[in-house]
Amino acid sequence: MCAEKSPPAIELRQVTKQFTTDSGTPYTALRELDLTVAEGEFCAVVGPTGCGKSTTLTLVSGLERPSVGSVAVHGRPVDGITPGVGFMFQTDAILPWKSVLDNVSAGPRFRGVPKKEALESARDWIRRVGLAGFEDRFPHQLSGGMRKRVALAQNLITEPRVILMDEPFSALDVQTRAKMSDELLALWDLTRPAVVFVTHDLEEAIALADTVVVLTAGPAATVKARFRVDLPRPRVVQEIRFEPRFLDIYHQIWEALRAEVDIAYSQSTRLDRAS
Amino acid sequence: MTAQQARVEVAPVESAHRRAARRHRVLVHLTQVAVLLAVVGGWQLTVQDSPRSVILYGLPSGIVTRLTTWITEGTAIGSLGDQITTTLEEALIGFVIGTVLGIVCGVALGRVRFLSEVFGPFIKVLNAIPRIVLGAVFVLAFGLGIESKVLLVIVLVFFGVFFNAFQGTREVDRNFIANASILGASRWQVTRQVVLPSAFTWIIASLHVSFGFALIGAIVGEFLGGTSGLGVLIKNAQGTFDANGVWAAMVIMAVVALIAEWLITRLENRLLRWRPAQLAGPDL
Repeated sequence: MCAEKSPPAIELRQVTKQFTTDSGTPYTALRELDLTVAEGEFCAVVGPTGCGKSTTLTLVSGLERPSVGSVAVHGRPVDGITPGVGFMFQTDAILPWKSVLDNVSAGPRFRGVPKKEALESARDWIRRVGLAGFEDRFPHQLSGGMRKRVALAQNLITEPRVILMDEPFSALDVQTRAKMSDELLALWDLTRPAVVFVTHDLEEAIALADTVVVLTAGPAATVKARFRVDLPRPRVVQEIRFEPRFLDIYHQIWEALRAEVDIAYSQSTRLDRAS
Repeated sequence: MTAQQARVEVAPVESAHRRAARRHRVLVHLTQVAVLLAVVGGWQLTVQDSPRSVILYGLPSGIVTRLTTWITEGTAIGSLGDQITTTLEEALIGFVIGTVLGIVCGVALGRVRFLSEVFGPFIKVLNAIPRIVLGAVFVLAFGLGIESKVLLVIVLVFFGVFFNAFQGTREVDRNFIANASILGASRWQVTRQVVLPSAFTWIIASLHVSFGFALIGAIVGEFLGGTSGLGVLIKNAQGTFDANGVWAAMVIMAVVALIAEWLITRLENRLLRWRPAQLAGPDL
């Protein structure tokens, strides 16, 4: 009944997304997909490669429109770039010609916040993600992990109520990745925005999320199953995987995921043989 | 223990490295001087004994003499400085206007698909015609003054800059644009702060070539009809069988072009200082 009063943070209803490929034939990425993410919920989306996980995010952010169905954020249908949304890309999307300070302050500056104010709050966020002292560096002078922190600060400074993450840490080494995940959880806990975290790593998904959504193998992917992760918070990402409860959940979800991974794998190998 | 050992080993390695690098540099410079001497000396030695060849091909020593008389006594059409200034003025004005037009049109067509669809074929056709011939039309239409040369320079500079700006705009990382848009950037802000800086790597690359075109445009314009400038100087020298004069004007042009090249490289380093330095890789 709570849902009656305030609409969910994200609601995709019967969404189908078709692309036209270069050869002109339509390609269905998503088919009749339903996904609801509540206010403050951390939702991980897993699925085999090429199943349209990233497409889901571009639909919520407003970068793309669904071919059929409706997408709403906070009850408002998505039409153009969704306001109040942060997006972390798989590859570096911070601007290489702007210093760390200019990158982090870019969001507020774009929105017309006075320069002085924007820089002040940018310094604050740079400190919060642990990059104090690196304000004047250019991205190429930073390590991969540091660039991810810049991207994180760049997003969080706009105080989004919805954060979309597209395998944001997949390019990092395993240790840095676990550290970044811990920091992400700590920062998330401050304001508790709704998060959709796309990954192909089931361990990462369970360690971070409240809900894990498994998508079927593409094309025409849709939601296969939805699992609640009732592990207590705060969590330490590197250690939580040893908990028995974690393993239980892992087995449960893997059962659902394995079949889809097999399908996706056989599809890709068949393609290889054909070509 | 190990740290100390490492330090002891590093020092000689480093200085040996530096010595090798210096030796390499000296070798390169010496070879360059040798090549220059061989070419110029060979020219001098093969030509100087035949008076006919001297008139036809010119002589390095004659070029030096011609340059000194131009500098000390001026040329037949006024002081040498005036001729250089005229040509440079035409080249620079045309270069700036052509570059700005090229960037504006290139970015606009790169950003707005409709514009590129409408104007793309026209630009392809214009690019296909030999534009240097337009110089003759411009001299007829706009006279012997600076306007006809500036126009020719603009036409020559525009297309190089335009195509690079267009391509640079098209090649901007889609993620950069998506990220900036989600952070709240308007279309104009995306163009200003994402597309332009990204396309600048392409645009600046074209400026090196374009400045060469600007000088060519100014000189050919003067050649086709003018009253002062290095092109007129070359034309007069050619008309009086003065090969040394033609060569001397070319030497001056080369010096001007080198200075411009140096300035553009400095601008490049300034504007593109966000780029990672090129790391030395293995010689393959």
